Amino acid sequence: MKRGDVSETPGEANETRLDAGRARGSADEERPGADAARGKVSVRCIVNGEAVVLHAYPLARLLDVLREELRLTGTKEGCGEGECGACSVILDGELVNSCLVPVAQVLGAEIKTVEGVADGERLHAVQQAMIECGGAQCGICTPGMVLAALSLLERNPRPTEADIREGLAGNLCRCTGYMKIFDAVVKAVASSQ
Amino acid sequence: MSDQNIGKPVPRKEGRAKVTGAARYVDDLAVPGMLYGVTVRSHVARGRISEIIFGDRIPWDEFTVVTARDIPGANAVALILNDQPYLADRIVNHAEEPILLLAHEDKYLLEEARRAVRVEIEPLPAVFSIEDSLAKKEIVWGEDNVFKSFLVEKGNVDEVWDSPGLVVVEGVYATGAQEQLYIETNGVIATASREEGVVVQGSMQCPYYVHKALVKLFDLPEDKVRVIQTETGGGFGGKEEYPSMIAGHAALLAWKSGRPVKMIYDRAEDMTATTKRHPSRTRHRTAVTRAGQLLGMEIDFVIDGGAYATLSAVVLSRGTIHAAGPYNCPNVRIRSRAVATNAPPHGAFRGFGAPQSIFALERHLDKVAAAVGLAPEELRRRNFISRGETTATGQVIREEVDMGALLDRAFELSDYHAKRERFSRENVGNKIKRGIGFASFMHGAGFTGSGEKYLQSVVGCEATAEGRVRVLAASTEIGQGTNTIFAQIAADALGLDYERVEVVRPDTASVPNSGPTVASRTCMIVGKLVESAALQLKQTLAGAGLLQEPYTAEEFERACREYIEKNGALKSFSQYRQPEGVEWDDEHYRGDAYGAYAWAVYVAEVSVDTLTYEARVEDFVAVQEVGRVIHPVLAAGQIEGGVAQGVGWTLYESVVWAGGRMANGQMTNYIIPTSADIPPIRVHFFENPYAGGPAGAKGIGELPMDGPAPAILNAVEHATGVRFDSVPLTPEAIMEALEGEAVKA
Repeated sequence: MKRGDVSETPGEANETRLDAGRARGSADEERPGADAARGKVSVRCIVNGEAVVLHAYPLARLLDVLREELRLTGTKEGCGEGECGACSVILDGELVNSCLVPVAQVLGAEIKTVEGVADGERLHAVQQAMIECGGAQCGICTPGMVLAALSLLERNPRPTEADIREGLAGNLCRCTGYMKIFDAVVKAVASSQ
Repeated sequence: MSDQNIGKPVPRKEGRAKVTGAARYVDDLAVPGMLYGVTVRSHVARGRISEIIFGDRIPWDEFTVVTARDIPGANAVALILNDQPYLADRIVNHAEEPILLLAHEDKYLLEEARRAVRVEIEPLPAVFSIEDSLAKKEIVWGEDNVFKSFLVEKGNVDEVWDSPGLVVVEGVYATGAQEQLYIETNGVIATASREEGVVVQGSMQCPYYVHKALVKLFDLPEDKVRVIQTETGGGFGGKEEYPSMIAGHAALLAWKSGRPVKMIYDRAEDMTATTKRHPSRTRHRTAVTRAGQLLGMEIDFVIDGGAYATLSAVVLSRGTIHAAGPYNCPNVRIRSRAVATNAPPHGAFRGFGAPQSIFALERHLDKVAAAVGLAPEELRRRNFISRGETTATGQVIREEVDMGALLDRAFELSDYHAKRERFSRENVGNKIKRGIGFASFMHGAGFTGSGEKYLQSVVGCEATAEGRVRVLAASTEIGQGTNTIFAQIAADALGLDYERVEVVRPDTASVPNSGPTVASRTCMIVGKLVESAALQLKQTLAGAGLLQEPYTAEEFERACREYIEKNGALKSFSQYRQPEGVEWDDEHYRGDAYGAYAWAVYVAEVSVDTLTYEARVEDFVAVQEVGRVIHPVLAAGQIEGGVAQGVGWTLYESVVWAGGRMANGQMTNYIIPTSADIPPIRVHFFENPYAGGPAGAKGIGELPMDGPAPAILNAVEHATGVRFDSVPLTPEAIMEALEGEAVKA
């Protein structure tokens, strides 16, 4: 392997172009076919409601593409093996660990990351409740936890305590002991009714 | 001083950034021209490095390679004994010991290169257990494998044993290693050059520890080293001393390459190579009268420090002082040792030695109670310490302490007596056995003994011309709520709104050294300094004739503006001074070990499935007295989080060692509790304001780690009738014991 085959350094040549007028200067644009020559593929999908074309190796982790290409750093890496849920995103309505998703799989998909949860300045009820109930301490699991709660409430708008425990069991938190996160989900349910 | 904010659940300062994903942790940052750095580590627990071979097919000329020979200053992590090298030179003393550093701009190629380095090591005999280390099976550190030992003597325990009518109870208790498992791994970004000096930003608890270590590593003047804490995704002690290592490594690569270097551990490296809770072994020998009065306690407490001294002496100190618990016993001897093995150094983890020695004591006291035919709570009631009595170190308790009231409340909330009776009755013939147990304990806040006096911590407060107040401290926000409580304390001291106060990001270039963020000291010790620095700010304005109480926010703002126009800046600093009458004898380990203690009684209810051998905690009640509660939601969050870590340590978290290496360094097979594993945790505070803390607060962070393990194992004994004396209590251990019982029956 020689230097330059892969370069994931932010701000360098092969940064992903965002559609919708947010294209950044990219050496690849001046050299059509450069991606293909390097084995990269173009993956069209929707991220937080915005159509984007991702240029990445087909087996690149969605987690890295979101963080390094789109600079959506709210999605965190906790374990890299699908255990902790810090990298949770919602992919076509399903909560997934983005560290286990090869980017080739998201062709045509709709992805929601934590950056797409609030409505502008207005926080989602789950986010607001997480602040009020003390559901976020160090905050590193929080983006994944917010999406897990969102996904749970999407499927089950009136969850029982057992449903909440089950629904969040794929997202590890080492700070809170989970009580305040349960409180936050309960509060979010109450506030949206 | 007003009472507008303290005691109220004001919103966490960084709450919004954390729930929206806007909070920037170190791995979220990128610096132009940045390289990535990795560490090549030893695969052998102890040995002599004979050769380093750089494999084929890697363009090595593109890489920055750093070995021990490249270190400009001292090759030792500055801490207590400075015995741990940054990079092993000829000898390795533990598996995963750093030997060589690599940097490259392509992190994928870098990983291939790391794998292509082969370090040839001739193995030397190694030691992996406390027993082998004590037996000096091999001398692996110093002259006798002992990093540190303490002896605490109260009364004369030797004269007790032969007294007539006494019952003597003995026991041995053990605890395993535990990984802190903060969800954000260790990481830093460094820039370094002789001209500009060294700048490191990263995830850490103690910026000035890292600062001190870098000054020595690079042999630079203090003002040429700058350390900045980034948003930190959990610490729990795991980012107390270790960041000095990774910061040094990244800075060495930056120094040699002339480029910024980012170093982020992956989970496996963080789990296998960085510190864990010290494994322990405790022997108890106790003399008790038939009426249940403790007459003598002889305690031998040993912890496994791993390969280098690091913080083990201090961990041992806290464990030693807490070993005799909140009881009034006239004759006590505690002998303790921290010993060397060839495991990676064990380090700080919430509780810092106390959970280990308290586990032993609180398991042992249930055994003592049974030996004299008393209920476990009755034995404790007859011996609880109260005001005017003395701890093992001879510290006279000056504050009002009512352990009995904490016990009553905990029993009432958990319905202890009724459940104890009902479970005993219903367990007969049932496959699922239920049990309920408890532990009573205390936890000292702040550094031990003269520690705070030597630290001489400083906090600053600054006002702007707009009447906004900034708190300047090196104490870090690591999730526990430092930013929020400091703002509450300063706001109330000044009679201002919480929103007017901001706590600045710890940066050694702009904040004074308020000491490390450890030892349950941030609220009680540093918070008190925040309070007094804020009060001084007000006094300065009053002294200048610009402000008179009572005042409005507008009047405060005007006073600040006028003062700053005239004098340039409005700042005040407050330095720690040991309260009157606090005496500590470091040589004999006697006196006032801590300024204040938090007191607690925790009750655990468990079920043990005799088919699957799985033990679960079904309910948990945590009752404690922590002085004034500054923030009810954050305080309860501290207790709940600590209890969850305690549940993990007790039932789930088993570090599997193979030849001195952690064999299960993955979240897949090192199991921490999920939301489905944690019982309802019911938290209750007694508030007894402590004069030495801000608005009466004491320390809280470590306390909840102490109680769960003994409470749970006491409950398991109630459920099964089997005495388990070590944690973690895995299903395998339960199976072995219950099958053994079945065979005997």
